[in-house]
Amino acid sequence: MGLKNKLHDLKVKYQGKKMAPAFNAIHTFLYAPNETTHSGSHIRGADDLKRTMNTVIMAMVPCLIFGMFNAGYQHNLALGEIAKSVGFLGETFWTMDNLVVGLWKVLPLVVVSYGVGLLIEFIFAVIKGHEVEEGYLVTGMLVPLIVPVDIPLWMLAVAVSFGVVIGKEVFGGTGMNILNPALTIRAFLFFAYPTWMSGDKVWVHGAVERAGTPDAISGETILGGLAQNKGVLGYDVMDMFYGIIPGSVGETSALLILLGGLFLVFTKIGSWRIMLSSVLGALVMGLIFNWVVDADVITESSKFYGLMSLPFWHHLLIGGFAFGTVFMATDPVTASQTNKGKWIYGFLIGFISIMIRVFNPAYPEGVMLAILLMNVFAPTIDHYVVQANVKKRLKRAKVKTA
Amino acid sequence: MSKDIRIKKGLNINLVGAAEQTTSKAVLSNVYAINLSEFHGVTPKLLVKQGGVVKAGEPLFFDKNQEDIMFVSPVSGELIEVERGARRRVLKLRIQASKEQESVAHEKVDVASASAEDLKAYLLKGGCWPFIKQRPYDVIAKPSGTPKAIFISGYNSAPLAADLDYVLKGKETQLQAAITALSKFTSGKVHVSVGKSGNSPLASLNGVEIHKVSGPHPVGLVGTQINKIDPINKGEVVWTVAPQDLITIGDLLLTGVFNPERTVALVGSSVKSPKYYTTKIGAEISTFLYASGVNSENFRVINGDVLTGNKSTPDGNLGYYNVTVTAIPEGDDYELFGWNKPIFNKISTTKALTFSWLTPKKKFDLTTNTNGEHRAFVVTGQYEEVFPLDIYPMQLLKACMYKDLDEMEQLGLYEVAPEDFSLTEFVCISKQPHQEIIREGLDLLYKEIG
Repeated sequence: MGLKNKLHDLKVKYQGKKMAPAFNAIHTFLYAPNETTHSGSHIRGADDLKRTMNTVIMAMVPCLIFGMFNAGYQHNLALGEIAKSVGFLGETFWTMDNLVVGLWKVLPLVVVSYGVGLLIEFIFAVIKGHEVEEGYLVTGMLVPLIVPVDIPLWMLAVAVSFGVVIGKEVFGGTGMNILNPALTIRAFLFFAYPTWMSGDKVWVHGAVERAGTPDAISGETILGGLAQNKGVLGYDVMDMFYGIIPGSVGETSALLILLGGLFLVFTKIGSWRIMLSSVLGALVMGLIFNWVVDADVITESSKFYGLMSLPFWHHLLIGGFAFGTVFMATDPVTASQTNKGKWIYGFLIGFISIMIRVFNPAYPEGVMLAILLMNVFAPTIDHYVVQANVKKRLKRAKVKTA
Repeated sequence: MSKDIRIKKGLNINLVGAAEQTTSKAVLSNVYAINLSEFHGVTPKLLVKQGGVVKAGEPLFFDKNQEDIMFVSPVSGELIEVERGARRRVLKLRIQASKEQESVAHEKVDVASASAEDLKAYLLKGGCWPFIKQRPYDVIAKPSGTPKAIFISGYNSAPLAADLDYVLKGKETQLQAAITALSKFTSGKVHVSVGKSGNSPLASLNGVEIHKVSGPHPVGLVGTQINKIDPINKGEVVWTVAPQDLITIGDLLLTGVFNPERTVALVGSSVKSPKYYTTKIGAEISTFLYASGVNSENFRVINGDVLTGNKSTPDGNLGYYNVTVTAIPEGDDYELFGWNKPIFNKISTTKALTFSWLTPKKKFDLTTNTNGEHRAFVVTGQYEEVFPLDIYPMQLLKACMYKDLDEMEQLGLYEVAPEDFSLTEFVCISKQPHQEIIREGLDLLYKEIG
């Protein structure tokens, strides 16, 4: 018990000092604090914010590991070194070679994301004298999963600084922000460095540096293919479901995202209302587009034909929709906070995601913009939900006096 | 016509250390004390000087804001200490009990025929008025007001709380006298709730509307019952009385003497043999705590139940309103990797590697540890699962924090007391002090709007 006592002495020694929040942040990672209740209820539930955030991270770890294998696999496949893998447990997919390539590409993203983000969190906590809140633990994990694998690290560092400072700290830190910080980071990258965030070169490791040379390889995503009316590029539905396709690091595998989502719903950390209503919204929008195509309003000559004619439920499998719905739309701080509001909020995210995806073929990823848009409207939705309760109360009083 | 209340939202916290249904007589306490922080919002004006001698039932002080309300001494003896805090505010009065106990005897009243005004005056001077509380604001009722209804919760659903059916047994005459008097104060009804499966002496009273309640905690909180039976609107007032206090009121009305005797449940995992004791208001807790024995040195004594009680010490004194005294271990220790390891021995409403959902019948031995540090509000939808009132809990808490009076009013602050937020506080991942926030909100509203 030596370590425990030594750390306790240190904590007492530095109590109230400038660096105390930084020390406490590290201390509480090792030991749950010795704080006791001093007002109100004398006992408290077992969960704290660290546990909550940790649960979300655990749900994302399979996506991260899969993303590493996939990064290597797509690279080696494009170079023609390995054969196409068949099925989720294909023998050319789960190989050491793939993992090594993926590790070298993905781990630096994770390190930069956490390093830069947490550093900023610590600095702000020390300056403002509050404890380091755990919000960035999830953001830091989300960021490497939603960027293309070849993104230069300095860009990521710049974007993370922007996202954490402008997206979160200026509002007062964790719990106060309006926009999802991870998506703010991605949006920043998207608009500041569009050539690194879209197109047909960035999704497979090595494609950018080989572009224009005789060894050029293609790194087109399915969404990109559809947007250019090139079809699904030869991938079948199961490839999409398993995630053996090019895309951002961790967002390709609908299967693992589904498992992560089920885990979050089971642990009651993620909101099933948002996830379900978002899926419903996407299906409805997909059905509308399918119907428009069936009614021959849009024909094959239209540039929207490719995405509109995609069977409605395939939208759930491709692009970042599944990942966004499960891990980012459900961010409790930026989502609607009332249960009724969550239904509306989620539905509109799904609905608008697919709409943007179809009508904006230059940037076929709609879910990011849809979630950011609905982040902005979430307080408005909540306002009307809460006002309904207020009106009910006023009405009750009026009936009484009348 | 009665209306049964059944709620689904809520949480039963099963703890080790429920009281066995046997009653012992506690040894007499030498010193009795009255802790003035129990009477929220009261500005005391002392009537007895330090060293003065009082009889049991003789007024010790009154409220400067409402001078009719007398607070009486539970025993006869000498006022040996007036403990004062900042700005000479009186915190505590200690009375050394004399050998011969003498009580002030008031003239008897005929409860059935007396007028409301006479009965009010009788309770005020007899020292029983502080037992009547009002909402909004959760303070001692204004004697001049007329409530639209009076609510009495005869079912205690809080963790380890005293079984009221047991405590009230055999006190039917006192209860009936108190109810008869109270029913004259209101223009509406006296609502009394009893547990659906219990056998409460309250159920057989006349002149009341009986409600049978069932479901998890907080169904036994009077706030939940008000919200389900007849919610408070702006401008309305309801009064609430705890059933154990009805006995004291009834005794005064029947005999003319303030009877401070109480049957309290001594509970909690730090108590070796938890059971019931008869003692008096203000008695030292040690007089019965050590009779039951304690399991360790490092424990906390709580005047009340674990969710809403006041922190005390073994040499502290039984509160004015209490029917439960709890002792649980202090949790002032670190826990290695406490934030991510699987947890089997604590209660949680999530399943984030916490496994209390596997053992819903298990009794837990919880400590006073917060299990985490204070954070901003992050998680949503969690409070609603344990909060049965038709109110948005997080929005109301936030309104109280940023002190928006209009919003506090609109979102229903008039209807709640801090205790209604004890469960949301228990489950709060961000470890926010909900009851404190609500109390401050109520105080602000009281000050600004009155």
